[in-house]
Amino acid sequence: MGNEKSIVDFSAIRDALGNDFKPVQVMDGQSKVVKPEIVAKYSNDQLVDFLKLMIWERTLHQRSNALTRQGRLGFYAPTEGQEASEMGTNAAMKKTDVLMPAYRDIPQVIQHGLPVYKAFLWSRGHVLGNEYPEDFHAMPPQIIIGAQYVQAAGVALGIKKNKTPDKVAYAYTGDGGTSQGDFYEGMNFAGAFQAPAVFIVQNNGYAISVPRRKQTAAKTLAQKAVAAGIPSVQVDGMDFLAVYEVTKAAREYAAAGNGPVMIETLTYRFGPHTNAGDDPKRYRTKDEEEPWFDNDPLIRYRKYLTDQGAWSEEQENEYVEQVKADIKAAVKQADDAPKQKMTDFLANVFEEQPQNIQNQITEFQAKESK
Amino acid sequence: MSKKTYIQAITDALRLELGSDDRTLIFGEDVGKNGGVFRATDGLQAEFGEDRVFDTPLAESGIGGLSIGLALEGFRPIPEIQFLGFVFETLDSIAGQMSRERFRTGGTRHMPITIRSPYGGGTHTPEMHADSLEGYLAQIPGLRVVTPSNPYDAKGLLISSIRNNDPVFFLENLKLYRSMKADIPDEAYTVPLDKANVVREGTDISLIAYSAQVNQSLKVADKLEKEGISVEVVDLRTLSPLDEETILKSVEKTGRAVAIQEAQRQAGIAANVASLIAEKGALYLSAPVGRVSAPDTVYPFGLAEDDWLPAEDEIEAKTREILNY
Repeated sequence: MGNEKSIVDFSAIRDALGNDFKPVQVMDGQSKVVKPEIVAKYSNDQLVDFLKLMIWERTLHQRSNALTRQGRLGFYAPTEGQEASEMGTNAAMKKTDVLMPAYRDIPQVIQHGLPVYKAFLWSRGHVLGNEYPEDFHAMPPQIIIGAQYVQAAGVALGIKKNKTPDKVAYAYTGDGGTSQGDFYEGMNFAGAFQAPAVFIVQNNGYAISVPRRKQTAAKTLAQKAVAAGIPSVQVDGMDFLAVYEVTKAAREYAAAGNGPVMIETLTYRFGPHTNAGDDPKRYRTKDEEEPWFDNDPLIRYRKYLTDQGAWSEEQENEYVEQVKADIKAAVKQADDAPKQKMTDFLANVFEEQPQNIQNQITEFQAKESK
Repeated sequence: MSKKTYIQAITDALRLELGSDDRTLIFGEDVGKNGGVFRATDGLQAEFGEDRVFDTPLAESGIGGLSIGLALEGFRPIPEIQFLGFVFETLDSIAGQMSRERFRTGGTRHMPITIRSPYGGGTHTPEMHADSLEGYLAQIPGLRVVTPSNPYDAKGLLISSIRNNDPVFFLENLKLYRSMKADIPDEAYTVPLDKANVVREGTDISLIAYSAQVNQSLKVADKLEKEGISVEVVDLRTLSPLDEETILKSVEKTGRAVAIQEAQRQAGIAANVASLIAEKGALYLSAPVGRVSAPDTVYPFGLAEDDWLPAEDEIEAKTREILNY
């Protein structure tokens, strides 16, 4: 029996799994363009606009970090390191697309159209931050990991049923999110309904402290879409142009009625999970971190533009100051928001107030008018 | 008027709402060609097409998330959870998501979703099919929990639920599906989502119940009437919100109350009713509030449920105990 050849070579099948996924790259870590035909598509002004998006996100991160430490923001999940992944994907989308973000995707929500002060109010737990106008197409940032994936399938099916042209739902999650049941259910539903969804996995290496390799035996996260019959791709998440081009292609594919797509961006969370006490030193080594820090998406892209003479330190300083001023104004605007009252909370539980809510509104109105 | 069973009344409501509002969608496991495992959606796909009435992949959390996304795109989803025991798989969609969206978005987004699901013992189902889980659901802010006890209410409450702009969990009683028939109007009509119904007036004691337990309570009332005891029966109809006014008015009149539920005793709807009476109606009472429920065990499925479910004689004994206190 021992020497008999098995009818199936499971080891060979396992070893081959995921081998067909190779990260797409346009510009490598040394700022060398490996796909010149892509770069050639853009004018220097356009390329500078892309850089500005990343600088804007980095500056927003730095200010948010500081404001959180001062106690002027509530919950904040640092985004440093993920600028190419977040801005590259988001820039490829249209304002009419429906964004289903998680809590680390605040920069995308703002770029999609949410005023910065509202994002700050959300961080403080002020409902005004989530009062979205009808023509702002996004859900509030999702806290439950993966829940936005099943909802994105629903939005996408709705778009299909409404026969809305050139519109997709796009949802973000992280590497940890790909272990959730909702991740699979969302992709499977969108696949079964052939609905226009773009699923984006920002693989930043960690789900709080648990490394990517402990989440799954799968070699890539991109291959998780294969089982749902969905085409997927892995992209260098530190390479803005690669992320942008891949997402644009994914969006076009989905919007054309071909069904959903999934993208895995390979990126790294430079900072802690959140500013609420997480310390990466407990689970990461310097040896691991350093090469990633050197792989900073801003360094790579900025160097290319500086070498081209299209961007300078002065320009950058000037732009950063402008972003900081905008953020300062947004903080002021957030500070000016009226304090929330219990009756505000009660008014937004149901559209038509039942007895218990009515009674409690009366009760709190009496207290609040004192 | 036509004579309809409880489940026919439900199908009737679904058909009328599919016909009158083209944003309504019915979906779930086996609801399409098969018409649902209990035939609640029988014939609806043939009549309204696969775009409006469709099967989903077999995943309850997906069904919940799909509902939220479709609502966001302007639809009025009517998903079915095949049996209430499967609701645990989608509790995040319900408790963590759709019920919070109005609050979360400062009232700028509606979630007009009606989740239908059968529950209730007495038909010898496998495990996790018949459990009474309404207590969990009734504790969720932003979610209405509705459970009719008869064909008239089944149709009227379902139409009200579908037309409501907030999520409603619509609990259909498995045992009542085909065991109850009544004359109901053929046209669409609504029953309010926050009004209990005094289904039988009486002066000596109030039996406060919902779903199948209303019918058991009515039988007890019939029996006691022969002894000259006048029993009032209040059908809650909606478990969240609870119609406090009707409950308190009834207790004020009779001075005695028994709260009845099929679910396990701890932290249940009957406890909520009893605490309401203690808090706001204690001075009406001539006796403590009685409670009838199943014991605090795991639901024993199959034939064992016959011994476990609160029976008519338990309601009768508790009623006599409170009357003679």
